[in-house]
Amino acid sequence: MGLKTKALTKSLWVFHLCAGGSCNNCDIEILDLLTPRFDVERFGIVLVGSARHADVLLVTGSLTRKAAPRARRVYEQMPKPGLVVACGACALGRGIFNEGYNTPCRLDELMPVDVYIPGCPPKPEAMIAGIAKLINKVKGQK
Amino acid sequence: MVKGRFTAAEKEMKLLFNYIIFPGFLFSAVIGLISGWVDRKVTARVQWRVGPPWYQNFIDIIKLLGKEIIVPQGSKITFLLSPLFGLLSAVLVATILGNAFISPLEGFIGDIIVVLYLLVIPAISIIIGAFSSRNCLASVGASREMKLILAYELPFILAIIVVLIKSAGALQIGSIINYQINFGSHLSSPSGALAFIVAMLCIQAKLDFVPFDMSEAEQEIMGGTLIEYSGLPLAIFKLTKAILLYTLPLLLISLFWANEIGVWALIGKYILLLVIIVLVKNTNPRMRIDQTIKFFWGPVTVVVTIALILALFGL
Repeated sequence: MGLKTKALTKSLWVFHLCAGGSCNNCDIEILDLLTPRFDVERFGIVLVGSARHADVLLVTGSLTRKAAPRARRVYEQMPKPGLVVACGACALGRGIFNEGYNTPCRLDELMPVDVYIPGCPPKPEAMIAGIAKLINKVKGQK
Repeated sequence: MVKGRFTAAEKEMKLLFNYIIFPGFLFSAVIGLISGWVDRKVTARVQWRVGPPWYQNFIDIIKLLGKEIIVPQGSKITFLLSPLFGLLSAVLVATILGNAFISPLEGFIGDIIVVLYLLVIPAISIIIGAFSSRNCLASVGASREMKLILAYELPFILAIIVVLIKSAGALQIGSIINYQINFGSHLSSPSGALAFIVAMLCIQAKLDFVPFDMSEAEQEIMGGTLIEYSGLPLAIFKLTKAILLYTLPLLLISLFWANEIGVWALIGKYILLLVIIVLVKNTNPRMRIDQTIKFFWGPVTVVVTIALILALFGL
């Protein structure tokens, strides 16, 4: 494992993208990760404001017709190596909007997704477990 | 050969060593990144969190070096060159200041003025870089940064003029330090204390820290001036900020509080000033740009003018 990969696993900067149809509960649970109880800054994980600074694209919500091309564009704006994490039932497989006329596709039909975090909403512990899986994936371990 | 006398070649080598290794680029970058960790750690403790390990900022820089560099449409050369100019001038300030502490008598007359000019260049490089990225949010950030420079430069220069008056018109950082070693620090006099408070506020704005961080407000304009930067240029900007975080408190120590400049005294004073800056950062909301200009041109300038008058009367 090279120095760059090791540095990447120790300092993941997260851009949080809420893609359209969502009840915002996942977003609230994501903010829990930054509170004193969980404090993911211990592992170098911070939220950043711009997709250009990001290493991880954290997508919540099921993609609406309007949001889907824009989500794809944000993914293309992220400098590589970049990772994508789908968070919550909506981002995984459109959730309760599964048969909606306005939610055309799942997230992984649009961009390669590295880690899926199921739950509606997922608990912060589940998200930390997902991050651990993501780091292991970057390191090339199972 | 008498100690302290070098041939021309040796002198050049010494200057190069000073610029690149100690007390220039390498040393100031390491100290600055560790101070950046102190900033993050104190912030975390204020918010009742644990905070990152001490090597976190080094890892961030190494990671950014390995990322893709995306250059937006627009002026590519200025976009990529402007972070470099900011870094070079910040390193030059660190070198001049460090040499003034190591050998106070070896500086040149007027280096305080050179330092004042060089300290503006990082902010100007951020403005030029932001404008050349052709991003609307970056433009908003850059225009705020410009107004911020206009706001804080006046009281900052007046505060430094107070110091110059109090140290009998010395225009050299080394002789200002010598004056304070002989006659006590400027901080212990009323005018010096007032000017010191003003200068602390100004370096808070120079470092782009809350309450004066409206140029890169993450919540409203998403990183503002730095929004289009990624990879190496972003790492250079982070390094520049780290070096400024080391340089500016050191400048204040040299101007106001240099009665005792042993190594441990310097470290203690530096950490004290750093923690004060970080605590101010953590206990204040962000101000709007119009409030900032009113604040700096109103009460702050009045206070520093009072300090100037007191200094002219010798208090």
